[in-house]
Amino acid sequence: MTGPRRLPEGGRIDRSRDLSFRFDGRRYTGHPGDTLASALLAGGVRLFGRSFKYHRPRGVMAAGAEEPNALVLLEPGRFAEPNLRATEIELYDGLTAESVNRWPSLRFDLGAATGLASGLFVAGFYYKTFMWPPSWWNRIYAPAIRRMAGLAKAPGEPDPEIYEHRHAHCDILVVGGGPAGIAAACAAAAAGARVVLADERPLPGGSLLDGPQRIGAEDGPAWAARMLAGTSAQMLPRTTAFGYYDHNFVTLAERLTEGLAPSERAGRPRQRIWHVRARRVVLATGAHERPLVFPGNDRPGVMLAGAVTAYIHRHAVLPGSRAVFLANDDSVYAAAREFARHGGEVAAIADLRADSTADGGGLPVLRGAAPVRSLGHGRVRGIEVATAPDGRTRRIACDLVAMGGGWNPAVHLFSQSRGALRWDDGLRTFVPGRSAQAERSVGAAAGRFDLEGCIAEGAEAGAAFARELGFEASVPPAPPGRPPHPAAALLSPPTGGGKAFVDFQNDVTASDVALARREGMHSVEHLKRWTTLGMATDQGKTSNINGLALMAAGLGVPPAAVGHTTFRPPYTPVPFGALAGRNIAALADPVRRTPMQDWQEAGGAVFEPVGQWLRARYYPRDGETMREAVARECRAVREAAGILDASTLGKIDIRGPDAAEFLNRIYTNGWKTLGIGRCRYGLMLGEDGMVFDDGVTTRTGEHRYLMTTTSGNAAAVLEWLEEWLQTEWPELRVYCTSVTEQWGTITVSGPHARVLLEPLVEDIDLDPAAFPFLSMREGRIDGVPGRIFRIAFTGELSYEVNLPWRRAAPVWAKLAEAGAVPYGTEAMHVLRAEKGFIVVGHETDGTVTPVDLGMERMLSSRKDFIGRRSLQRPDCLRADRKQLVGLLPEDASEVLQEGAQLVEAPGGAPPVPMLGHVTSSYWSPTMGRGFALALVRGGRARHGDRIWASATTGESRVRIVDPVFYDREGARLDG
Amino acid sequence: MMRIECPWCGGRDETEFHYGGEAHIARPPDPDALSDEAWADYLFMRANPKGVHAERWMHAQGCRRWFNLLRHTVSHDIVAVYPMGAPRPEAPETAR
Amino acid sequence: MARYSIFSLARNALTGHRDWPKLWRAPEPRPAYEVVIVGGGGHGLATAYYLAKEHGVTDVAVVERGWLAGGNIARNTTIIRSNYLWDESAAIYEHGLKLWEGLSRELNFNVMLRQRGVLNLAHTEHDVRESIRRVNANRLNGVDAEWVDAEGVKAFCPPISISPKVRYPVLGATLQRRGGVARHDAVAWGYARGADARGVDILQHCEVTGIRRVAGRVTGVETSRGFIGAKKVALVAAGHSSMLAEMAGLRLPVESHPLQAMVSEPLKPVLDCVVMSNAVHVYISQSDKGELVLGAGIDAFNSYGQRGGLHVLEDQLAALMQLFPSFSRARLLRSWGGIVDVCPDASPIVSKTPVEGLYINCGWGTGGFKATPSSGWTFAHTIARDEPHPLNAPFALDRFTSGALIDEHGAAAVAH
Repeated sequence: MTGPRRLPEGGRIDRSRDLSFRFDGRRYTGHPGDTLASALLAGGVRLFGRSFKYHRPRGVMAAGAEEPNALVLLEPGRFAEPNLRATEIELYDGLTAESVNRWPSLRFDLGAATGLASGLFVAGFYYKTFMWPPSWWNRIYAPAIRRMAGLAKAPGEPDPEIYEHRHAHCDILVVGGGPAGIAAACAAAAAGARVVLADERPLPGGSLLDGPQRIGAEDGPAWAARMLAGTSAQMLPRTTAFGYYDHNFVTLAERLTEGLAPSERAGRPRQRIWHVRARRVVLATGAHERPLVFPGNDRPGVMLAGAVTAYIHRHAVLPGSRAVFLANDDSVYAAAREFARHGGEVAAIADLRADSTADGGGLPVLRGAAPVRSLGHGRVRGIEVATAPDGRTRRIACDLVAMGGGWNPAVHLFSQSRGALRWDDGLRTFVPGRSAQAERSVGAAAGRFDLEGCIAEGAEAGAAFARELGFEASVPPAPPGRPPHPAAALLSPPTGGGKAFVDFQNDVTASDVALARREGMHSVEHLKRWTTLGMATDQGKTSNINGLALMAAGLGVPPAAVGHTTFRPPYTPVPFGALAGRNIAALADPVRRTPMQDWQEAGGAVFEPVGQWLRARYYPRDGETMREAVARECRAVREAAGILDASTLGKIDIRGPDAAEFLNRIYTNGWKTLGIGRCRYGLMLGEDGMVFDDGVTTRTGEHRYLMTTTSGNAAAVLEWLEEWLQTEWPELRVYCTSVTEQWGTITVSGPHARVLLEPLVEDIDLDPAAFPFLSMREGRIDGVPGRIFRIAFTGELSYEVNLPWRRAAPVWAKLAEAGAVPYGTEAMHVLRAEKGFIVVGHETDGTVTPVDLGMERMLSSRKDFIGRRSLQRPDCLRADRKQLVGLLPEDASEVLQEGAQLVEAPGGAPPVPMLGHVTSSYWSPTMGRGFALALVRGGRARHGDRIWASATTGESRVRIVDPVFYDREGARLDG
Repeated sequence: MMRIECPWCGGRDETEFHYGGEAHIARPPDPDALSDEAWADYLFMRANPKGVHAERWMHAQGCRRWFNLLRHTVSHDIVAVYPMGAPRPEAPETAR
Repeated sequence: MARYSIFSLARNALTGHRDWPKLWRAPEPRPAYEVVIVGGGGHGLATAYYLAKEHGVTDVAVVERGWLAGGNIARNTTIIRSNYLWDESAAIYEHGLKLWEGLSRELNFNVMLRQRGVLNLAHTEHDVRESIRRVNANRLNGVDAEWVDAEGVKAFCPPISISPKVRYPVLGATLQRRGGVARHDAVAWGYARGADARGVDILQHCEVTGIRRVAGRVTGVETSRGFIGAKKVALVAAGHSSMLAEMAGLRLPVESHPLQAMVSEPLKPVLDCVVMSNAVHVYISQSDKGELVLGAGIDAFNSYGQRGGLHVLEDQLAALMQLFPSFSRARLLRSWGGIVDVCPDASPIVSKTPVEGLYINCGWGTGGFKATPSSGWTFAHTIARDEPHPLNAPFALDRFTSGALIDEHGAAAVAH
């Protein structure tokens, strides 16, 4: 027998196997089919945890997802999972768990000292104090408050588990595998509908497993098993529907390795998140029992009555030997009978309802009794009740108090679906009202508690939905009318004598609710925020209704008038890692690879992310620093020849008879006169007039162009083009296709470029006289058909070679072997900046116009183009706009900090007026000095002025100069 | 996550689409003829109704076609899908 | 107004806390006020407070459609910082941060400001350049700002991963040590209590259905509780700005979007500062209750639904796993959405309008919480003097016509 409280027979446990486990270092034994909570209860454990604020000793109160008290850290160490509910952890051999939020131990918790000052620590107390002396807030008060924070310790290591996502579609999703859900799923599946049935527990059956229910002559669990054996509905056990979103999108968390030790989980995802799009949804989510609010209702040994029967029937655990049942609902009588039938002694059923007619079945019943307080220290030893008619109190000794305040339909998902809740005066709780989506609530979730009725209602809903979707479903009998529920009393506020808890985990008491009311926090949302009611990890499953009922009673208004707070996803907590799924680590964002990347990696290149690409930034040799490598690469281009991998530049094939007209509208300059085989630089603006992208576009045929874009903007530019074509100018016959990954691009640049390239080119004359700057030739390169463009970002003689993607790498290797020096993006930046060429994202930031960049000549006056009108707005015409200039540090050896701000004079008290900032800054091996590009207020009229650069590294004197530093005449373009 | 009926591909998850803002904002044929105010109106001013909104979407991970739809900005119910260039249809009375 | 202190707390403890006064009254609307503020959120209540305190204007009503402070002030991730790029933004947010620093004493209400530092991470060379640019601008503007390298990030925030092996490694960060978090509800409650004590009527469950104008001048508002006359009407109802402006015949350059946030279950303190990342797109802090508080970008579409899609949260959690792989087993406890109104330049509008006596304060986008004090302070000035304060003059409505936008998209880190 595994523990003193284990019943000799019954339960859905496998007694043939013993499972050994540890809780707070002590060894216990349980069986397969146990939860951690049931096995500990069987072992006679009463103390499971400590509450959040007062560190009150707490036992287990419930048997499922609504448990507020019994939180543990599962598997301390590498596989640690914080704040799990012991009522949901399936036992396995070797399980280790620790209680949380206590120090040094669960039994002796110093944090409980806060309970001594609990007279001060009422709702909202922290807003009223800790303000004097002011300097103490940061040094003393706030850190002290922070030390009290949190439940379990956060795991300190990366998660060894994996998680995955799955998308699914179905005709009908049924949430909840109790009698109503099973009936709905089977009826719909029988009609031919594709049905998914998700149930949070390991075994289907829901409430059928919790008690002695029979369906006809059949035992409840047997009925469930038989129904599911014969259905085509897909059953997902251990699967919690946690979110209900727009358009019938429901998310499920399936726990795939629940009940397995870490060593047995290898390779299997811990959880799978299902994204289910269902045409119809049946919510058969059941109901949660309400606790009663009375002083000492949190003492270990006070449980929900339904949980008592659940532990008896599921796990063969009798949670006490002598019990008092506090009944506010007839279901408590059944629980008492079950307790007695299994050998427990029922000291009394104390029924809060004086007019109750429920049958005690021979058990002692006190009608019109009210709990005054629980008795005992650390664990319950008895209860004091006041009995009608005179209110005389009596004490009843017991080791278990089982309370049942009535049942709250689990309307969480319904409410998340934006369905409207309705207050039901009979049930004294909220039930589903008008639906907002294609959904129906059935069974206890809809406020129905008769078993036959629940089954009939589920079957009807399943069949009706199937019919709605066009399946032939036999017409089930209409469900019987809901039997009237004997009205439960709503509790009047307890009248004193200790703390009466409403929210157990967050330690919100009835007097906190009353205080909130006195201070004017009447709205249910104010109540929640002032007291933290319902904000614990159980999200108020057991506390919300009691809290608002107390507020309503205090205000003298009906509970419906107080209303309810918003139900927020998730229904139960979901690990961050599960929601992230596989989109982590290397799969966080795919790396796009260029054809030359293998070569570059083998050669030890240093890469930088550009868009989704990794581009070679520089190629260090023999221990070179970055500066040395970049200088060598720059010199090679200026003095000999270098090769740059430009494959990442966006390439868009633009075709159609109106292509030139289209380019005319998109680009600031004119395109109608561009000859076939000629290239032109283009500048693209947003409609707000700010520079958006740039690049060279080549006319490759009569009605055909090849546009290049910046690497980072390729997708955005294509989308931009398509948007204008489709939404604004559908009359233009133009088609755009991305060909970025069709053409690998190698830029050969430098005075020796022609010599290096010539041996590889068969039928193109590379002589600049025959192949002028800004033109394109097609031909065979290394035996492969390709294209060469005479365009130059470096200012040197350059050939940009386009080859079929997979044929580019061999050409790159041959050029390198022939002596071309590979240069990376950093050298490219130095070389282009020496020429005063801008880079979108360096010299522009979404606030820079072409005029600011000194590119007025790019603005055609003979046509309209996107963004043109915006350039005429007053702010764009200001003379003191920031304009592109060059900067030379007075100390030639200095390289200014990129992002340095420019000011008239050093020092000065803030705010110091800023003139602009350094947009690009490099060491120029060609000039043998540092230089920079910058945007400076009215800078074009200030060439020659000396100003200051203010950086985190210090202040430096700089001279404003023309932004073109090298070969202003373009003499080197042809080599 | 919404489910959006692409006129070309059928119903797909919202994550396949790009949102394009208010529909039926035509680019002025002669921007020069506009005052700064009128140009700003075209550039920046947007209908932002709490109710049925005519808006543009593009099926970015599918056919890459733009289209319009009418969607309620509180319920997120999509009450009509219609091609670019088509006039805005009447929203059904049931749109809530 | 009953003064709050440890002594009043102790005194009330002796009497079972039975004598605490209400934080604010629940008055009936009067027929007319000098100023009617539409929107009882943080910004509206701050406006009322500063109108009364700084300008002596106490004939004021704040009308609120639902429950007080139930909009974005109740739904944000509580981050406070002032390290914005442009001078105009830095000035107004820094003014706000200074107000924050004295707010608990000012309001005699502990708003639980925790200046634990805000890191804005850089993951690419472009990020680094723009971050340093912003740090330099901040320092010249008198805003505390530092650039820290990856090791510095790790030292300041030990649980973060700066592994170079991830897709977008942490290269460094800007650090504003004075940045931090505060208790969001408390700010609104503190302002409400302070305004109420100075005579401002806070009218909850009072929905504005129309704005009455005569000859181009406002005369009051129609509400669900009847007409309320007013010499001046101030609209400050984030999310619903367009709807209200339309009642006065105005069009605004704002769109309403869902913005989601979430918290984990409470964990023992593990993350002391605020961490924000634009490139991988997430921001996170840990509350004084122990919850990890996260947010990210807006859902793309227009909505007044106060909810968004799970995929937005999944994306930001995937981003979080790169920065804090050990948080994988923290569990999502609660997620929710607010409605933010977003301007084309990601900067707010605090402005007079073409309608005489009508003022508007909107467009704070995802960053409105931190601005609560300065928004209220400058808006109160604008209303009381009928002209903007120099701090909010650049944030006028006419900037969309002139083109003088204050574009905070580029370098302001996550727009938050």
